[in-house]
Amino acid sequence: MEIPYTVTARPDTGVFNAKLGIWLFLASEVMLFGALFSSYVLLRVGAETWPHGYDLLNVPLATLNTVILISSSVTMVMSWASLMMRNLAKYKRYMGATILLALAFLCVKFFEYGAKFEHHLYPSTNTFYAIYFTLTGLHGLHVVGGIVVNTYFWGPGSKMWRAEPERFTNRVEVAGLYWHFVDLVWIFLFPVLYLL
Amino acid sequence: MDSTHPQEIRKQVRGYIVVFVALMALTIITVAVSYLHLNIGAAAAVALFVATIKASLVASYFMHLISEKKIIYATLILTAVFFAALMTLPSSHLLDPIER
Amino acid sequence: MGLTHDKTTSPVEVAARAPALHAVDHEMNFWRKYVFSTDHKVIGLWYGFTSLLFLLFGFTLMMLMRWQLAYPGQEFPWKWLNDFLGAERMPDGIMLPEFYNQLGAMHGTIMVFMGIVPLAVGAFGNYVIPLQIGTIDMAFPKINMASYWAYFTGGLTMLVSFFVPGGAANSGWTSYAPLSVIATMGQTMWLVGMVFLITSSLLGSINFIVTIIQLRAKGLTFMRLPFFVWAQFVTSFLLLLAFPPLEAAGVMQLMDRLAGTSFFLPSGLVVSGVPAQVSGGGSPLLWQHLFWFLAHPEVYVLILPAMGIVAEVIANNTRKPLWGYKSMVYSVIFLGFMSFIVWAHHMFLTGMGTAISAFFQTTTMIISIPSVIILSALFISLWGGSIRFTTPMLFALAFLPMFGIGGLTGLPLGLAPPDIHLHDTYYVIGHFHYVVAPGTIFALFAGIYYWYPKVTGRKLNDALGKLHFWTSFIFINGVFMPMFIQGLAGMSRRLYDGGAQYAHAQGVFHLNEFMSISAWCLGLAQIPFIINFFWSIKKGKKAPDNAWEATTLEWAATTSPPLAHGNFAVVPEVHRGPYEYSVPGHAKGYVPQNDHAEE
Repeated sequence: MEIPYTVTARPDTGVFNAKLGIWLFLASEVMLFGALFSSYVLLRVGAETWPHGYDLLNVPLATLNTVILISSSVTMVMSWASLMMRNLAKYKRYMGATILLALAFLCVKFFEYGAKFEHHLYPSTNTFYAIYFTLTGLHGLHVVGGIVVNTYFWGPGSKMWRAEPERFTNRVEVAGLYWHFVDLVWIFLFPVLYLL
Repeated sequence: MDSTHPQEIRKQVRGYIVVFVALMALTIITVAVSYLHLNIGAAAAVALFVATIKASLVASYFMHLISEKKIIYATLILTAVFFAALMTLPSSHLLDPIER
Repeated sequence: MGLTHDKTTSPVEVAARAPALHAVDHEMNFWRKYVFSTDHKVIGLWYGFTSLLFLLFGFTLMMLMRWQLAYPGQEFPWKWLNDFLGAERMPDGIMLPEFYNQLGAMHGTIMVFMGIVPLAVGAFGNYVIPLQIGTIDMAFPKINMASYWAYFTGGLTMLVSFFVPGGAANSGWTSYAPLSVIATMGQTMWLVGMVFLITSSLLGSINFIVTIIQLRAKGLTFMRLPFFVWAQFVTSFLLLLAFPPLEAAGVMQLMDRLAGTSFFLPSGLVVSGVPAQVSGGGSPLLWQHLFWFLAHPEVYVLILPAMGIVAEVIANNTRKPLWGYKSMVYSVIFLGFMSFIVWAHHMFLTGMGTAISAFFQTTTMIISIPSVIILSALFISLWGGSIRFTTPMLFALAFLPMFGIGGLTGLPLGLAPPDIHLHDTYYVIGHFHYVVAPGTIFALFAGIYYWYPKVTGRKLNDALGKLHFWTSFIFINGVFMPMFIQGLAGMSRRLYDGGAQYAHAQGVFHLNEFMSISAWCLGLAQIPFIINFFWSIKKGKKAPDNAWEATTLEWAATTSPPLAHGNFAVVPEVHRGPYEYSVPGHAKGYVPQNDHAEE
């Protein structure tokens, strides 16, 4: 006997298991990043002075990263749509694009951090930099995680398409939900840290 | 899995492109507003408002939340309540300290 | 689905029908089958054994502490232990304050995070839930295995921390900044250990929630679920949503300790006369908020599964349905929800103003209502029952007044004005131990005695069980009841000399010796249980599949359900509620949930 509802949806809830699972995971991630945002609020409200993000941080670079990440979200959902349209080649192109865009995001980040370190600006410099590095760092780690998962699904994991196309499509959908969430966090992170 | 066939998907794909354009526009808007150097209260309000719209678009269309099932909505609403508590209550002690 | 697993079907045919299933258990080697198993029962048992060992270890730490509390500054009488612990901990057998603090911090950490929760949730939850909802495994078996190994890694990290320079974490299980930030290396290991433990919890809670929602057998609606499953369901939401802020805080404290940040370090911090070379600007209160955001729901994680177990055992041993099942379900949901917005009652003395204090005081008073409803429903369930005083029932019955004492003593703590007097005194220690020790732990014992026959096919010896119960019950009260007296007198907690030099403790210091002797006797009282536990595996009285004539689905599974082969001979279908005992007009004294008989 197999575990039911791994591929088909359970009739009364309307979801398959992994879809519910990933949303629950994302709920926990909302609380994780929420704690950091809450810390940001507490530290800023309680501080005598607090710098403006646009004075200390590289807004153009971060804007570029915002465009990159949103684009990667589009290519990610397109890769899932390609599977829904039974087009594996298209799926691979879009998933590949997603991974490349994600790597580009990290490159920009690397450059950004490097510039800070060159100017001897570290997390220990003050609480603004502390929360900046921690928030963007944790987000960056999530990007890395997404790259690993997406690369697996682009490469070895895609073998599942031949034998179980629906199950594979579900997996890509679930990976997509995670990836969109990573984009969502950045959508808030960018204005809060860089534009205020 | 949603049993949507290729026609439906193509319609959705058109939607994704529209959302992408909207997101780009909103990004430009939010960056442009930041150059106005509004006071922190107004700046934060605008920035968070725009971010919320962008996030709603990503969630509704890329994550298909607009057509999701009740169980998912219930989980997210519950999370939203606790998220709100987490965002507001810790700093509240700064706004109501014991008089010295 | 309704795929009947016929016992006479050959493994080859089973494998053919389920191509996605890995090679069925017969092919598995020892490591895949027993160590890296993805089967919920094996994982549940691993959680059980590991957590019981950690509970024993955490208890041992406390027994050592209680020597210092009873006879502060006196040489410990066992030379071999003094030699083993050495001069950095107990020179000449006399406990150093630094070591006492390690024992205190780690006793709390180990008992809560490595003992009770893994046992109540990881062991009982994993083993029983799929059986009680009539399915073959958890929704994500591989993630289940990962959650156990993350737990194991975290626990190991915590244990190893005793042996690093400076010893284990010693800033309390609460790890308040700035003390924890300047503490020795053991604190870093505590934080790393916590990250693993939190990861384990998150993986587990996702699994439980999806399993309960998605894998219930046909006919098993939410309002037909055993209360145990409801309790675990709510508990999983608490773990899912409350732990991440502590994970974030843990990362920030690690940054403070290792990367020189000042998330929790205020400006102008001076350590031993030397100004700290940090940027400052941080907030020690930020740590407290994030810590207690988790730690308050955590205490409901400690109690809810216990209430679930007690509910099962009481229904079964009164031979009648639970009174107020619906009220209990709505109460446990409401309780879970409220638990997220009461946390700052742990922070009344941090300088919060009256408005915020009033808010948290109000929510704390409100949260006592569902607790009382649940406890009352369990009490009223006894009325008119045909009570069988089996060993699990003794523990379950004792839970009721003990949890009552624990809960009632929480009220003056939850109200801000009396908390001014009682905060950080032994009264607090008495309060929370009553809820967790004669509360939760007794419920967990009830669960072990109750479900042992399902796991092993044999019952635990009854005489030893009753000896275990009575001695434990007497001595546990001997340890914790005097704490209320000490606390009301004003005796602080976390005093390494037991209050010997503390003015407020002078009148009540003499109680320490009595409490310590009770604690050591409590330790001895566990020996019959440990012997019973192992002896009965082979020599216990054989029990039938439905050892206690119970109604819930786990008793419809084969005894000691075959590993990795599906739990039920026939996939169950549910036709009624979970506690159809003594149904009027029915020939049998109980009607199992999956019985086909017409009602």
